Amino acid sequence: MNVNKKLTPMKEQEPHERRNNFLEVPLGYTKEEAVLEASRCLQCPTHPCVDGCPVHINIPAFIKAIKEEKFDLAIDIIHESNLLPAVTGRVCPQEEQCQAVCVMGKIGDPVGIGRLERFVADLDLEKRRKGEVMMPKKEKDKGIKVAIVGSGPAGLSCAADLARMGYDVTIFEAFHVAGGVLVYGIPEFRLPKAIVQEEISMLSNMGVKFVFDFLVGRTRTIQGLFDDGFKAVFIGSGAGLPQFMHIPGENLGGIYSANEFLTRVNLMKAYKFPEFDTPIKKAKNVAVIGGGNVAMDAARTALRLGAEHVYLIYRRSREEMPARAEEIVHAEEEGIDFVLLSNPIRYIGDEKGFVKQVECIKMQLGEPDSSGRRRPIPIEGSEFKLDIDEAIVAIGTTPNPIIAKTTEGLKIGKHGEILVDENLQTSVRGVFAGGDIVTGAATVITAMGAGRLAAKSIDRFIKGEI
Amino acid sequence: MFKILRKEILGPEMVLMELAAPNVSKTAEPGQFVVIRVYEKGERIPLTIADFDRSKGTVTIVFQKIGKTTHLLGTKNEGEELADVFGPLGNPTEIESFGKVVVVGGGIGIAPIYPISRKLKSKGNEVIAIIGYRSKDYVFWEERMRSVSDKLLIATNDGSYGEKGFVTDVLKRVLEQEKGIERVFTIGPAIMMKAVADMTRPYNIKTIASLNSLMVCGMGMCGACRVTVGGETKFTCSDGPDFDAHLVDFDELMKRLNIYKEEEKLSFEKWKEEVK
Repeated sequence: MNVNKKLTPMKEQEPHERRNNFLEVPLGYTKEEAVLEASRCLQCPTHPCVDGCPVHINIPAFIKAIKEEKFDLAIDIIHESNLLPAVTGRVCPQEEQCQAVCVMGKIGDPVGIGRLERFVADLDLEKRRKGEVMMPKKEKDKGIKVAIVGSGPAGLSCAADLARMGYDVTIFEAFHVAGGVLVYGIPEFRLPKAIVQEEISMLSNMGVKFVFDFLVGRTRTIQGLFDDGFKAVFIGSGAGLPQFMHIPGENLGGIYSANEFLTRVNLMKAYKFPEFDTPIKKAKNVAVIGGGNVAMDAARTALRLGAEHVYLIYRRSREEMPARAEEIVHAEEEGIDFVLLSNPIRYIGDEKGFVKQVECIKMQLGEPDSSGRRRPIPIEGSEFKLDIDEAIVAIGTTPNPIIAKTTEGLKIGKHGEILVDENLQTSVRGVFAGGDIVTGAATVITAMGAGRLAAKSIDRFIKGEI
Repeated sequence: MFKILRKEILGPEMVLMELAAPNVSKTAEPGQFVVIRVYEKGERIPLTIADFDRSKGTVTIVFQKIGKTTHLLGTKNEGEELADVFGPLGNPTEIESFGKVVVVGGGIGIAPIYPISRKLKSKGNEVIAIIGYRSKDYVFWEERMRSVSDKLLIATNDGSYGEKGFVTDVLKRVLEQEKGIERVFTIGPAIMMKAVADMTRPYNIKTIASLNSLMVCGMGMCGACRVTVGGETKFTCSDGPDFDAHLVDFDELMKRLNIYKEEEKLSFEKWKEEVK
């Protein structure tokens, strides 16, 4: 059999164009392209891709359906394991998961599983826009209330599975829209917000209730939710606490955490200021600190807000950058200036309290540290300054402490993460947790996997099995 | 959506609104705040809770019309709805039986000082209240404050009501005359709270200020409200809003309050054109 070894290309907006707009960068497959790509799947009997997927989508089956142009069947197969395929098709690091283990990868490019997932999901959304709604199958209502804390990927997938099992599910969300990091964190040009809302509307159709402006830990404690009649609680509140470097000048005007910068732009639509009321500083020279996906998102967002020059300052070398390869390439294509093996040591401000310079020190790599990556060591006397009028600190987040502080008996690890057993049950009976609040900042799909496992455990808990 | 049940004009540019927000009022405590968003395209602004009624399911906010958001909010009437009322947020003010305490409120800060004074009084404290207004026209909640204090001292900047001067002028005298003040609570403009802190510092009286930082999230996930307290960066929304006033870097706070001055002006001018 003559199999095409190369991945079917997907059209993208040109770098010189896209750096000036917030529209999505990859444009998706046409039907013909999708069928062509689907035909590259060998339908191998071992299907390692399914185990490579944190939510275990039956990948060969949905790809076979695409190949046979049975697109409705393809989406049904995906929906069995994942109700947000238009999201995960865009933001999953498939190259580290399903596609990393694809057998085709041994003789050529792995099958573009993520692209195919996105294709069927987008097709389904188009049909839904025309009023053709396919409802996932649901068991009979049990009349048992379960509370979900947070409407990010973990909470949504937990809610979806519980709703399918017939539970009466309420999601409590602190912000005014659902989606968590999908709406405040990931930028429009990587994940259009309209798509997130369309995917989430499927949950509302299944009877999941959303309560907004509700901060569990403040508006009501976990115990308060039990008092209100909920029989189990899932905490999926994410890793929302931004880390700073605690170096001089970090509180100057024009210095943001990536969370603040992205929340202003994505959730509050500051890129449309003054049509929208939330402001953002329009800067000429921006320094983004960090080398992860969030740093790439922040840098590319700063560019789209009109910055002339965006530095991305990272203390290790390009090889150690934790961001997805695709995002690094996108950032580079758009003209982000990588300042590698460098670390900020202080910010210098003007008389009004705004940042005007960042001073950095050059680094060299030493022995591997506990993370297995080579430890960066400052090179004495190598300090240098960059003129900037904005800095965005994207060096990571840790779990938000509000629930930990307000829940008696909840055991917490040394990084503020909630400790759970193999069923994702916490030290408080009937309270389960999953996603970034347990693991620290990870990926959308890992959180969704945890949400699904928690749903199973909650069902067993309610049945008295655990 | 959150309905405005009552609206009252308290003085020039000063408005009170009682909002239907049962989830907030159920657990609200003095010293906490809400983040509100007026409409779909609105920004999130923090407002300290001026009062709450658990049985009616309401919270009361008091605000001064300064920029676009507060002016727009001021145009809303009874029966209309706000997009979001999020809370209660922040840590409640720590209130025990201290003994003799002084509360110092300036302008719009008098509103949130009221529930704090009420709780202080109910815990058996001797409450000396010092409240300051710009002038007689701006005086509000005098009787309410009188009902929750043992001694009420009023100052206006121009002397048109009460004593002439700032709250700190009155505080200076109180500190000289009164013995055994255990704690001072202050809410008002940053510059006023700074002056209060400077004045109580030599007396070594623990002074608590409720900070009014700029905020976006209100729940500790963005850091817009960061402030230096005792040399450490804290988040006003989740670590505060109350802090030891003697340790707060008020100069940094005031600079950070001005970060968006230009944008705020632009937004306000545009709005004034639109509603003309």
